[in-house]
Amino acid sequence: MPFLPVILWSDVLIWLLLLAALLFGWLSARNPLWRSAWQRVGRSRAGMASATLLLAFAIVGLLDSLHYRPRLAADGGQPAAGQPAVYAVEVLSLLDALLTPLRTRNEKTYSEPLATRAHARETIEVRGGDGRLQQVRDHPRLRHGGAHLGADEGRRDADVAGRVLRALGLALLAWATTVLAVCGGVVRARRCAWRVAWRRVWRSEGDFAWNAILATLAVLSLLAMPVALLAAEYHVFGTDKVGQDVLYQVLKSVRTALVIGLVTTLVMLPLSVLLGVLAGYFRGWVDDLIQYLYTTLSSIPGVLLIAAAVLMMQVLIDTHPQWFATAAERADLRLLALCFILGVTSWTGLCRLLRGETLKLRELEYIQAAQAFGVSSLRIIGRHILPNLMHIVIIALVMDFSSLVLAEAVLSYVGIGVDPTMISFGTMINNARLELAREPLVWWSLSAAFLFMFSLVLAANLFADAVRDAFDPRLAGSQ
Amino acid sequence: MLAYVVRRLLYALPILIGVNLITFALFFVVNTPDDMARMQLGVKRVTPEAIARWKAERGYDRPLFFNDEASGAAMFTETIFFSKSARMFVGDFGRAEDGRDIAREIVTRMGPSLAIALPTFVLGLLVSVSFALLLTFFRATYLDFWGVVLCVAMMSISGLFYIIGGQYLISKLWKLVPISGYGGGLDAWKFVILPVVIGVVSGIGSSTRWYRTIFIEEIARDYVRTARAKGLSEAAVLFRHVLRNALIPILTGVVVVIPLLFMGSLLTESFFGIPGLGSYTIDAINAQDFAVVRAMVFIGSLLYIVGLILTDLSYTFVDPRIRFD
Repeated sequence: MPFLPVILWSDVLIWLLLLAALLFGWLSARNPLWRSAWQRVGRSRAGMASATLLLAFAIVGLLDSLHYRPRLAADGGQPAAGQPAVYAVEVLSLLDALLTPLRTRNEKTYSEPLATRAHARETIEVRGGDGRLQQVRDHPRLRHGGAHLGADEGRRDADVAGRVLRALGLALLAWATTVLAVCGGVVRARRCAWRVAWRRVWRSEGDFAWNAILATLAVLSLLAMPVALLAAEYHVFGTDKVGQDVLYQVLKSVRTALVIGLVTTLVMLPLSVLLGVLAGYFRGWVDDLIQYLYTTLSSIPGVLLIAAAVLMMQVLIDTHPQWFATAAERADLRLLALCFILGVTSWTGLCRLLRGETLKLRELEYIQAAQAFGVSSLRIIGRHILPNLMHIVIIALVMDFSSLVLAEAVLSYVGIGVDPTMISFGTMINNARLELAREPLVWWSLSAAFLFMFSLVLAANLFADAVRDAFDPRLAGSQ
Repeated sequence: MLAYVVRRLLYALPILIGVNLITFALFFVVNTPDDMARMQLGVKRVTPEAIARWKAERGYDRPLFFNDEASGAAMFTETIFFSKSARMFVGDFGRAEDGRDIAREIVTRMGPSLAIALPTFVLGLLVSVSFALLLTFFRATYLDFWGVVLCVAMMSISGLFYIIGGQYLISKLWKLVPISGYGGGLDAWKFVILPVVIGVVSGIGSSTRWYRTIFIEEIARDYVRTARAKGLSEAAVLFRHVLRNALIPILTGVVVVIPLLFMGSLLTESFFGIPGLGSYTIDAINAQDFAVVRAMVFIGSLLYIVGLILTDLSYTFVDPRIRFD
């Protein structure tokens, strides 16, 4: 095999989550109440636009969650027969493979976005007019940024403009194809004329906000296509202190943010649902015990508890280096530990909510009737209580995502977040912060991190709002 | 009333003991004192003697919970748990790695933390509540819509960016106030004003949205309809009736935070170089000074519990119907 698959724990969890989401989608489609709630989400334009953006982020994150170790070529280029294959120590992902030029073409240090020359002056040797070597202080030429222009650097603006125009054309073409495909789909599904389908899609007359999705796709492709075409030869967002491409870094950060946001809820969910329902349903000493547990945990300020736990985790990892085969595995375990700790510290809120709701539900007549018929507690919880709690769970899950992404950045900045070698928004901001003190200013790293993080969190917030509006029974009446 | 407070305080005791046990387990059961000694000494200087000396100097050479070499009460007092954790209940937090008394450090650092946190809290509350009232007054108009959009956008920006951006614009570009540092006396306002402004601005988004939801929910009640029916103006309804009745949910979220203000903000203080408790904690985390982190966790939960009791008491002042007898 040309590569050795590496399965990191977070990869497993991410793909399991995707599977669970698909399963949940299938279940929702069969449940008429949930189906109508999701249809309400589908009709919300803000919800669908943000969902499109989130999907784009999710694809980046999923591509970055398939890891492998490439096989090293033998000396002669061809591996000798019978010899065991040798694999690189470095763990790569599918996204790394797709972004190989970005990943490998490192400069010496800072360079501005789309620059052909480095950001800082240094002493370089230039052959003067008389053919002799002279030492001058100037911005040295970049090794990779705009290297295809050769000596003809003045052509850069024209080259960039040409690429952008070509990319815009391509993006428009791709987008128009998508629009046609959507309209065609509506024509087939509704058996209506093209003109009617067109109107359904654009005026949002149907029961799905196609216009929001298509508009978001238009914006996305008009932005992403030029970036992709330019990234082939330039550093679109510049390079950082060690010369790494900033675009590559922000794309890698997406996975870290997603893992923190999603896996944490995976840890938190069973704890809060199980304990919340148990406390509310059985009351008595079970309730007292669980209440004591969550009051105690929630009375420790979150950041401090996380700090303490991560600190301990750090000591544990540092004193047992033999547990990890590669640096990636160590960073991955630390990421998971962070998710776990965040999950353990954040289940209390949802648990309290679910306990209260269960207390209310168990007094309802149909549950008392079920109890009078001698239905077992387990069955009552499974059949009657859990389904009636699901809307709270769904709302809490989507609402928590954005705050977790924000928390990761702050924690990584404080030094108790992800492993310093792992690329995340927090570590990017931390590295970029010191650059603001430089003259002239290095602004692109921070701006790129800001742009990506802002769009991810904004999309998550808008989507959470749409989901809450659709699922919250208190709000359902107002529409 | 007094009986209620006493009962609540007694109820808080098991919680504090729980917190104490959790932090103790976190710090000592997951990692032995030997691990800690190795971390503190660094890779090069680790020898069995050095570890033993490190532990003896700091009192980590005793057993964790139960000392079978001692007799009588000393079986329990001559342990790490008693000397490091249980003594926190009487305000003895021990010494930090640099040998300074943690309790005294906390007292001196409380001032700067409060100087930043208190104005941020009060101003933030005022600004957010007024903004939320404004949006509620103009609800279902373009102003409301764009106000909410602004709030969502503002709460999607990480606090780090507010601090970095504010520091860059106001201190570095416009040179209005010093970038960081802290001075005692009357000069302190120069150092305080920027963190306060940034703290207020970064909190506007989420809190305004939250208050707006509370107000909108309150406006759907019957008494509001009655007030309008008897001919009160919308402003009078909002300020005299809705605001007062919305105080309970607002207090629930707000009073808990007041005691925690002592702790300061980890981020703001470390960014602005303010010698408060927040930056103390961050420094301790970075230096892996377990004694300080443990003390801060304990104080934090103590203050939180005090906040919970204060919240309940504050209800009686707002709503005379609530009595605790």
